[in-house]
Amino acid sequence: MPTHRIEVALRPEFDDPAGEALRAQVREDLNLEIGAVRVIDVFTLQAALTDEELERVRVDLFTDPIIEYSAVNQSLAREYSCVIEVGFLPGVTDNAGRSAKEGVEDSIGRALARGEAVYKSTLHVFQDTTLEQAEIIASSLLANELIEQFAIRTPEEMEQLQGRCLLSLPRVVEYDVPPVESIDLNLSDDDLQQMSRDRMFALELKEMQVIRDYYNCPQVREHRRSLGMPENPTDIEMEILAQTWSEHCKHKIFDAIIHYEEADGSKRIIDSVFKSYIRKLTEEVGKKVPWLVSVFHDNAGIIQFDENYLFALKAETHNSPSALDPYGGAMTGIVGVNRDVLGAGLGFKCIFNTDVLCVASPFHDEEIPPRLLHPRRILRGAHAGARDGGNQSGVPNVNGAIVFHERFLGKPLVFCGTGGISPATIQGKPAHEKAARPGDLIVMTGGRIGKDGIHGATFSSEALHEGSPATAVQIGDPITQKKMADFLMEARDRGLYSCITDNGAGGLSSSVGEMAEKPGGAAIHLDRAPLKYAGLAPWEIFVSEAQERMTLAVPPDQLPSFMMLAKNRGVEASVLGEFNNSGYLDCYYEGLLVASLDMDFLHDGLPRMELEAKLDPAPLTEEVTQPAEDKDLTEDLLGLLGSLNICSKESFVRMFDQEVLGQSVLKQFQGVNHDGPGDAAVIRPLPDSYRGIAVACGIAPKYADLDAASMTACAVDEGVRNLVAVGASMGTIAGLDNFCWPDPVQSEGTPDGKHKLAQLVQSCEALYEICLAYDIPLISGKDSMKNDYRIGDTKISIPPTLLFTAAAILEDTRKVVSMDAKGPGDRVYVLGDTFDELGGSEYYTLRGIDGGTAPAVTPQKARRLYEALHEAISKGLVASCHDCSDGGLAVALAETAFAGNLGMKLSLDSMGVEDGVVALFSESQSRFVVTVAADNAATFEALLDGNPCYSLGEVTEEPLFELSCPDGRKISAALESLRDAWQKTLNW
Amino acid sequence: MTVKAIVLTGFGINCDQETHQAFVRAGAQTECVHLSDLLNKPALLDNAHIFAVPGGFSYGDHVASGKILANRLRHQLEAPLKKFIDDGKLVLGICNGFQVLVKMGLLPFFDGKVGQEVSLTTNESGRFENRWVHLAVPENNNCVWLKGLTRLELPVRQGEGKFIARNEEVLKRLSEEGFVALRYIRPNGSPAAGEFPFNPSGAQDDVAALCDPSGRIFGLMPHPEAYLHGQNHPEWTRLGFTEEGTGLILFKNAVDYVRTSFC
Repeated sequence: MPTHRIEVALRPEFDDPAGEALRAQVREDLNLEIGAVRVIDVFTLQAALTDEELERVRVDLFTDPIIEYSAVNQSLAREYSCVIEVGFLPGVTDNAGRSAKEGVEDSIGRALARGEAVYKSTLHVFQDTTLEQAEIIASSLLANELIEQFAIRTPEEMEQLQGRCLLSLPRVVEYDVPPVESIDLNLSDDDLQQMSRDRMFALELKEMQVIRDYYNCPQVREHRRSLGMPENPTDIEMEILAQTWSEHCKHKIFDAIIHYEEADGSKRIIDSVFKSYIRKLTEEVGKKVPWLVSVFHDNAGIIQFDENYLFALKAETHNSPSALDPYGGAMTGIVGVNRDVLGAGLGFKCIFNTDVLCVASPFHDEEIPPRLLHPRRILRGAHAGARDGGNQSGVPNVNGAIVFHERFLGKPLVFCGTGGISPATIQGKPAHEKAARPGDLIVMTGGRIGKDGIHGATFSSEALHEGSPATAVQIGDPITQKKMADFLMEARDRGLYSCITDNGAGGLSSSVGEMAEKPGGAAIHLDRAPLKYAGLAPWEIFVSEAQERMTLAVPPDQLPSFMMLAKNRGVEASVLGEFNNSGYLDCYYEGLLVASLDMDFLHDGLPRMELEAKLDPAPLTEEVTQPAEDKDLTEDLLGLLGSLNICSKESFVRMFDQEVLGQSVLKQFQGVNHDGPGDAAVIRPLPDSYRGIAVACGIAPKYADLDAASMTACAVDEGVRNLVAVGASMGTIAGLDNFCWPDPVQSEGTPDGKHKLAQLVQSCEALYEICLAYDIPLISGKDSMKNDYRIGDTKISIPPTLLFTAAAILEDTRKVVSMDAKGPGDRVYVLGDTFDELGGSEYYTLRGIDGGTAPAVTPQKARRLYEALHEAISKGLVASCHDCSDGGLAVALAETAFAGNLGMKLSLDSMGVEDGVVALFSESQSRFVVTVAADNAATFEALLDGNPCYSLGEVTEEPLFELSCPDGRKISAALESLRDAWQKTLNW
Repeated sequence: MTVKAIVLTGFGINCDQETHQAFVRAGAQTECVHLSDLLNKPALLDNAHIFAVPGGFSYGDHVASGKILANRLRHQLEAPLKKFIDDGKLVLGICNGFQVLVKMGLLPFFDGKVGQEVSLTTNESGRFENRWVHLAVPENNNCVWLKGLTRLELPVRQGEGKFIARNEEVLKRLSEEGFVALRYIRPNGSPAAGEFPFNPSGAQDDVAALCDPSGRIFGLMPHPEAYLHGQNHPEWTRLGFTEEGTGLILFKNAVDYVRTSFC
């Protein structure tokens, strides 16, 4: 097959922003000074094209006549010291190559033949750069060797190449399909465990034994003989069981029987923390709130939006893939959670995303353990992946956070959330109900299947180790998914399918296995699944997590319409088999039965774990040392404003499309200059209604080591405060719990497993208590339980972390309040009491102080305050309201002031807190900074009567922030210096 | 009379919903038409007065923003679109849609001829950005979409919004003959003069939008369909609630124009 290389570059007279951005990144991230950089796009066409056709595509498709020039089979690199070309490895999703192929076909007016392809790569041309520097730039910045290849060449070497390719073409070598194996499990315990590790089953010994015993059972043997199947399980059956029974899919730890030992030695048994706390809570709150529609059993939680519409919400983590490839991991995280919402009920339209990243400091300057990436690279990569995934899907990012903690070095956390909306009924039937029926066809839509993402479910169920598989890495293809999503909304509205679910972890094995539960069986022909390239074993086809795929149950009479619409919308759809009521999940390959699994055993055969828990906190290394007795705390405030967890993330947020769909009411950045940090996002999803949705997050891993219950309660309270601050009312809030924990199972590698499990129990108890007091049902959630790094003697476990995503339905978005101070003369209040709760605070972190007391929440008292505040907001009495969280009161006041471009003159005497450090920097919960127009002050104070409400002073025209405490401590700073301190740290 | 608008959808276009909504609010009978359906049945254009290419990431913006969609329209729909324009009808391209119109050569439409004279490319900052900008309508511009407007605020959401003309001559002609429909300015009304963030992309001559000499073919980088409601403005909680956003005026102007010229 002939190969043609087309290089496309900006004309030399134009500056090259991409090259300049790369040069700046080399300077910032690698501390290297290099010369100018220019970037050249390279399209390698492996296709039989005539010279005339080649020239046509070069001019017609690839070259912009105004700003670019191009050449075939000769390099455009000029005057340089070296070049680096980066391209994909075989089998990795190449979105630009795929689009370019469509463009080529359009330009030449015919389809390319099978086996012809277009590959995209990028040539970076460097001036004044040594080969040593180029090596560092290529391996530390440009290429991820798990998915990409690179080549470095000198001008002499380029000369010799004479325009030929620098990289080998990323063509997948197509092998013969490996035969289906049967696997003998009648082995010693050691050998069973070894097999589980070697084959990436990630199954415990007990689970391997249960499978072995099942296959040794005489009835099972007899049944298999009658089908002509081997007595031992086939490789595909083992893969299906391993995937279905993985921690990732089955949540074995949340379902475990836990023996909990109290400090006094007494013991109690907890029969599943999920059932005992989370489900129990939602059942109890469900008796009080009338708007729950579908919880726990679908891909997303569903509640009522108004009488005609439903709202779905889901958040997921994608930590393990993001650790290996931050860009692809985060992108597949966001497009994956979009599919959860797209596959909820009969299909919801995605209307917003939330993205929360937890990483170590990007300024980390110690050596990075093997196989880990520098936090700066994780941050940039994961952010870019979430950005491209969301932006290209046309789903606005409305809320999120970037959270820093040194132990996220071991495993970054990437949380991706999505909200969706659907009419309450589709074709006269409830939109949240669905079921495949016997006789319905199994149809897969969207992308094709490759080896990408094999073993994702089992891989994420264990610690990151030397053998973590590169095939678990995937890159998303948002455009293929967008086409599919548009198509599915049309098909839904025409009633063309009866059930839908996404292909996420576990691929077809998971989606077909789950959908087959209702009808009671399925038969699927794996050779009918469309593949990216030949050579996949049947088990690989079934468990591959290749992206952008949904599985549907289509009634036979709707099939022609369904397939015709798919074709018209450029969406691939394939009939793979049908649902039945045989009681078995049967897989065929080229007519042969290769798997036949009893549905009961598959879904209910997994033995429950029994685990032990006992709180055993590590002794604090240092006594709490009191901070110095400085009188002037201005520098402390400036330091806090610039600290990683508090500083502005605006440069990151601006790169997200926050306004597509046109629903935005309150944005992430607010105030005169659109630079103040908003609390909750507010959208109006229906153009003809003022009803809205507020969405926010709470997360507080910094308190986890001191008190896991505090970590949990603070996360929930923060999420709720953010909603209340914009005007949400108690009783309208729904929550999602996403737990990310270090491995809590006691073992040789995890000697403190009992303690970590006890922390999980504490956390679930705290979650139950606070959500019950606030009437918040948990409508969906997810857990990720193996967030550890272990290679050699190095072990890094993340701090136990709960992300609490909260959403509230607002009756009237015209009443919402933003966080910026509005006018001079407005009164400034702090609502809520302040205690000496500096443990884990940003202030202690800044001053290097360990220990102390983490904040506690008193939910009943907080609830009274939230209800009073809500009333004040709905009466229009509140000019601005801002949540008081990381950094404490001083930070919240400063943010309110500079967002409004207004000063403040304040005295904290009325708060009743003598110590200025506590008053200003303690992170006590359930507090707000509120400003109120002078005319409304009396009415406001009367409404808040009986609640902690302290008047501090007023907003001033003069851009000066002045504040004094009862003990003589004070702050005095120009508004501009506060804003500068807040903005400069991460102004990338 | 009934004013009919077609809003293009499919293959990565993602502002179709709110663009549809904009024309509906402006009083047009509006239909979202999938690109495949339009290519199969170009006669759909005959029944419409307004054809809009919304924003998004058509074909992922791979190769170059808007390029593949532009080629597809140019190769398969140039004659029907030319007739549509010759019939005195209206064409709108927003953001990615503007990139499409420019790259298929429908803007600036010098002397009524299809041909690419300008381009939109990677922002000077090298990154995609979402922010609100201030815009002014040049005095010598007669774009029917902007009638009655002199200044407005809209959001940009773009990675490749930097406007570049073929040469100084083209730039001069665009400016002097009223092709420039919107320019980025500072909040105080003075020219952005290329300065970030007022001119968010580094566009030459602060150009944010173009229209053809008839004023009917209009393409802009900012998103008027993202400001249909007063609440979309980032400072509405300071400035006070208003029902309608300024963005809606553009769509009403278009519908009014069709009503007066086609009845």
